[in-house]
Amino acid sequence: MSTANPAAGALASTRGSVDRLGDRLLTSVTVLASLTAAALIALILYKLIDGASGAIGDFGIAFLWHTTWNPTTAVGVVNANMFGAGVLLYGTVVTSAIALLLAVPLGVGIGIFLSLMAPGRVGAIIGPLVELLAAVPSVILGLWGIIVLGPFLRSTIEPALHDVLGWIPIFGAPSTTGLGVFTAGVVLAIMVLPIMAAVSRDLFLTVPRELRDGALALGSTRWEMIRGVVLDSSRAGLAAATILGLSRALGEAIAVTQVIGAGNAIHGNLFDTGDTFASRIADQFLDASGRWTSALFYCAVVLLVLELLVNIAAQLIVRRYERRMGIAR
Amino acid sequence: MATAEHGDLLSQGGANLRRRRRVDRIMRGSAVAAALVAVAILVIVVASVAIKGASQLSISFLVKDPVQTLQGVGGGIANAIVGSAVVVAFAAAMALPFGVLVAIYLTEFSNHSTARAIRLVLDLLNGMPSIVIAVFCYGLIVESEGHQSGFAASIALAIIMIPLIARTTSEMLTLVPRDLRDASYALGISRWRTIIGIVLPSALGGILTGAVLAIARAAGETAPMLLLSSVYGNNTTVSIFSGAVPNIPFDIYQDSESAVPALHAVAWGAALVLVVIILAGNLGARTMLARQRRKMTAR
Repeated sequence: MSTANPAAGALASTRGSVDRLGDRLLTSVTVLASLTAAALIALILYKLIDGASGAIGDFGIAFLWHTTWNPTTAVGVVNANMFGAGVLLYGTVVTSAIALLLAVPLGVGIGIFLSLMAPGRVGAIIGPLVELLAAVPSVILGLWGIIVLGPFLRSTIEPALHDVLGWIPIFGAPSTTGLGVFTAGVVLAIMVLPIMAAVSRDLFLTVPRELRDGALALGSTRWEMIRGVVLDSSRAGLAAATILGLSRALGEAIAVTQVIGAGNAIHGNLFDTGDTFASRIADQFLDASGRWTSALFYCAVVLLVLELLVNIAAQLIVRRYERRMGIAR
Repeated sequence: MATAEHGDLLSQGGANLRRRRRVDRIMRGSAVAAALVAVAILVIVVASVAIKGASQLSISFLVKDPVQTLQGVGGGIANAIVGSAVVVAFAAAMALPFGVLVAIYLTEFSNHSTARAIRLVLDLLNGMPSIVIAVFCYGLIVESEGHQSGFAASIALAIIMIPLIARTTSEMLTLVPRDLRDASYALGISRWRTIIGIVLPSALGGILTGAVLAIARAAGETAPMLLLSSVYGNNTTVSIFSGAVPNIPFDIYQDSESAVPALHAVAWGAALVLVVIILAGNLGARTMLARQRRKMTAR
């Protein structure tokens, strides 16, 4: 403040025109930056579709469910140079589903603990620790997944699940390496967990104290209060948070590539290998050329479209909810 | 909806109070357990990196370039540390002014509907998978230039950082008290001088800590490095335009995929270096951010 005053005084004579120019300049530069940010999304979409145009023309929408992915260009090989992403679609759906099944209840539980149960000091320590988990780079979670988590799941969790629930085909024979769809899902759950925890904590903190106290005064137990008042009034927010978690899980390439085992077939057994859109790109992009590259660009287009849809869906849920709340107040 | 539920609860009350108390205890116990699981995961991951990385860590690991001999791997990861620093610094130099300008537009010049549009754009950019941004930059830069480059990676990291910086900056600018602006206008100071001379400086601490968080995020991004800056040698290089630049995330990725135990050890060492940098940046920035927020809202 002290610098602005004399500066403004000294320029008093020419201030009028300089200020008009300055105002206009600052406005236009910031508008330009904002428009560039918007144009960037359009440019990304254009560039990806441009790169994928060959594969889009050759395979069309059927690319999404055909399960042949055969980069070889050798003459005489059946299905040579044919690409379909059915295996990747399956892998993406299954790994994301495992991640959400594990991370959503855990994250909501952490949110309940942090917002309604933890004494001030405990919450002040655990809250930031959970957020720090989000700061661990995915490549390090992947490294940890290969060397620590994978072998642990293979030797402990997978046999246990197989023994108890083995009659369900998805819990088949444990993997031999520790790498597979299940491990990828668990690693993704660890990445989604901090998002779910942070968003649900913030949501639960906005539930009015009077509502909570009212439920307790009516004789509810704390859990009945949490379920009936806190969770019920946060449903839309939790749905939006789940969708954001999903968008994180769908798009993660590196950690999944490290632990999923790069399978090229659909296996019912969760402990077997697989691949996702994102991990296939990370795994093969630098080796690819020609139509193969184009097919990988197509995978990126699918990811981008999924991400846009998922984000817009989350926005719509929140907006509709806000409107409803606005009327209710 | 909530009131109907309470009616039910009330009528049930008494008859099965013991069951309700048991459910209550179980569910609250589960919430505590969930929090403990999350903390345990963080502790286990960080402890694994610390224990396995510490045995690798030494001065020469930090200051020497890697040496591949017939006997195995030796030297350090100095080339990757320097390369990562240069690529990330270059990305921050692009993303910081850009993100701040978008934030200024958002808080100072936009109206209701344009603000909503720009927020949507930032959300979409923020949610974009980094592998998609990497493929985009590959098509934009690597394909046309015919070779990978640290510069291409910097562009990708900048795209990742822009929404993060714009968001924290606009949050900080909104916290600058209205009185400060009004006082400035009352003295006859123009809008742009008020913004540049008064609003930005009073939010500077928050903007910079936001930038540190974005840098910490970018430093660990691997997908852009894999596609845009991964074919490099053992020597330290800082010429980001002429080719791929060595970097820590890709070192970790490549070594983790290797079957050679000695390379796994290098991966853990590099992971420890990266985790220390990132967690230190995060902890420092978060502490400063909380202080800044308190300072601004207390006024």
